Amino acid sequence: MLPFGATMVPNGVNFSVYSSASTSCALVLFERGEDEPFAEIPFPEEFRIGNVYCMIVFDLDFERLEYGYRMDGPYDSANGYRFDKTKILSDPYAKAIGGRDTWMAPPNWDNIYPFRSRLVFEDFDWEEDRPLQIPIEDLIIYEMHVRSFTMHPSSGAKYKGTFAGIREKIPYLKELGVNCVELMPIYEFDEWEHSKLHPDTGEQLVNYWGYSTLNFFSPKAGYAASGKFGMQVDELKTLIKHLHEHDIEVFLDVVFNHTAEGDHRGPTISFKGIDNKTYYMLTPEGYYFNFSGTGNTLNCNNPVVRNMVLDCLRYWAAEYHIDGFRFDLAAILGRAPDGSPLNNPPLLESLAFDPVLANCKLIAEAWDAGGLYQVGNFPAYGRWAEWNGKYRDHLRKYLKGEPGLVGDLAQAIQGSPWLYPTRGTTAGVNFITCHDGFTLYDLFAYNQKHNDANGENGNDGGNDNESWNCGCEGETDDAAINALRQRQIKNALTLILVSQGVPMIYMGDEMGRTQHGNNNTYCHDNELNWLNWDLLEKNAGLFAYAKHMIAFRKAHPALRNRDHFTYTDPQQTGYADITFHGVKPFECDYSSGSRVFAWMLNGNYAKNGTTTDDYIYIATNMYHEGVTLELPVLPQGRSWYVSANTGIGSGECCFATGTEPLVTNIQQFMLGPYSAIVLLGR
Amino acid sequence: MKVTITQVNTNIIAAVQGSIDSKTAPDLQQAILPVISDTHKVILDLTEVTFVSSAGLRVLLMVYRQLKAKDGKVVLVGVSEEIKDVMFMTGFIAFFDICPSVEEALSSN
Repeated sequence: MLPFGATMVPNGVNFSVYSSASTSCALVLFERGEDEPFAEIPFPEEFRIGNVYCMIVFDLDFERLEYGYRMDGPYDSANGYRFDKTKILSDPYAKAIGGRDTWMAPPNWDNIYPFRSRLVFEDFDWEEDRPLQIPIEDLIIYEMHVRSFTMHPSSGAKYKGTFAGIREKIPYLKELGVNCVELMPIYEFDEWEHSKLHPDTGEQLVNYWGYSTLNFFSPKAGYAASGKFGMQVDELKTLIKHLHEHDIEVFLDVVFNHTAEGDHRGPTISFKGIDNKTYYMLTPEGYYFNFSGTGNTLNCNNPVVRNMVLDCLRYWAAEYHIDGFRFDLAAILGRAPDGSPLNNPPLLESLAFDPVLANCKLIAEAWDAGGLYQVGNFPAYGRWAEWNGKYRDHLRKYLKGEPGLVGDLAQAIQGSPWLYPTRGTTAGVNFITCHDGFTLYDLFAYNQKHNDANGENGNDGGNDNESWNCGCEGETDDAAINALRQRQIKNALTLILVSQGVPMIYMGDEMGRTQHGNNNTYCHDNELNWLNWDLLEKNAGLFAYAKHMIAFRKAHPALRNRDHFTYTDPQQTGYADITFHGVKPFECDYSSGSRVFAWMLNGNYAKNGTTTDDYIYIATNMYHEGVTLELPVLPQGRSWYVSANTGIGSGECCFATGTEPLVTNIQQFMLGPYSAIVLLGR
Repeated sequence: MKVTITQVNTNIIAAVQGSIDSKTAPDLQQAILPVISDTHKVILDLTEVTFVSSAGLRVLLMVYRQLKAKDGKVVLVGVSEEIKDVMFMTGFIAFFDICPSVEEALSSN
């Protein structure tokens, strides 16, 4: 009976599927790629245990088999029943899906069973590989889209746009210095879903980002160079094994808040035809609650669905050695079947305490599209971290030079103790950009979004971008504006990488990737999304700076506490663990007009006093004019050295270990407009 | 799928023709495994192989494991570009030495 799904047994396959309300079920078997099934085997009543249908079928060719289920039952939509025995349904527990084997290959639109469940070999040789268990505070997360990373001709990759392509670029990731890649959705999805031609340009718009899951246990075949041979499982596992060999963790962006089946108008592919009432949150009239903004909402706190989510995550952790999961629109995971927010959501609790997932990082995007915003009070059970949306908002406003942000910035760089007083600094993932919204370059090149290319008349994408174009909308030849933009990108990277908490940067921000002001590129399979590797040369200074700051963070444990600062000095060094400064030491101006903020970390309290480090001083100035800083006096025997100064006009603005210039006059340090400095006290 | 086994000194050479997939992989396994118990080098000549599926890769890996248990090795010869690509993408290539010819495979260490 267990496990659910299709499991190879000696000489045969055990099929197991459940449905709380179907009256009968048949197993439908296809030879790979054939239009019609070669057999349809009803499950005999005696093979039904409770709500589970199970049977073993012998003499099946594991590699060439495609299977599905035909379920019969009531059609009574008002009560949540939508059985349709004319449909062949995909197994929710299938480990591979056939039908989208090659990205954008035109499908047979008359296929009676378009997304076909397949079997996989589960015997991958991991050799000694295991999840890396890098402490979360030591991670530097790099969010990437599998296809975008290597699809552009300039990537030089042989296996463009695939898992194997990412593998080819591991040397780049090592050079950049990140130690965690967060892959945007890799569960099987339909890139043709909602595809259409742009009404004006005729461009083929597609479901590019993939936030629309067909099946939770299958890696996307179209993301595998070997997908056309059905080898996506081995290819993805090989990628993970190689990333681990190079000390890079792998996170998956998982989308348990909705499925690709849409609402009552959407297709019946799997869950809707198997057990609609169980899998979806339904209104009293039998329509679909839409807290995801995409048509339906997965009924995560129903015990049966909860078990599926648990089974799924355990499967990825155990079989794919995944190090962590980022949960899209995770506030939905805390809603009851009737949509109301739960105080003690069983699913989130189960995930937090699950023994198999005990060493996986769990990160929530702590809001949804139904108005439930939980940043700071997501049900964490001492385990969950979350995307700190407030960090993003406050840093963007501060970098723009908005007044009254110094207090918020002070909180943000400390790991937001006001948001997470009992959860420590690692509760928050600090980011300024991600796939949603502007790229870092565009954040400083555009005042508003330019989403015409999406074909929705600019109605899509957020309007609260808190961006600033530095004086001109879009590309310009003005040297001063371009210099300011580069400086601002470096300022943003600096702040993310010196803040307590977990830093995350978005693919390409280290080389100035632009989407030409489009802040919602979910539908573009082209240069708008594909990373242009020529930018490495064009923005070589930016890349060098990003590398420097990443290396700086890794070299300095004082930046990577787990617990919040205490503002005390138990070792009696003369300085608290953290002190705040303005143009004068120990005098921080929090008033509305202030745009200068500095802080100093006492190296004796690195990692909450468990190790030692240099003193570190970081100062930022978001005035349009330079300021003169008086630096704090260091303990005897130490001097200040400049590791980075984004205000340096031309030439090097960051200095490798051992080459940092000495600060000769600590009473008068010039900090340029819209600039940041990072100093070491050794 | 056809397998022709020859022996040169203590080396076993298995020349395979056709497709190695779920239908034919068991036959390949049955043909090769019994004859490799005394050898330290198996040369798989894949010049005439048209396709290797997941099941096929697993049989090759099985041969590798048998040899590895005795500190032996498996050398692949005549691997087409496409098959080499697939073996790289799926990670299987790491287990094998690849030589351009049987002669070279015989003389390699």
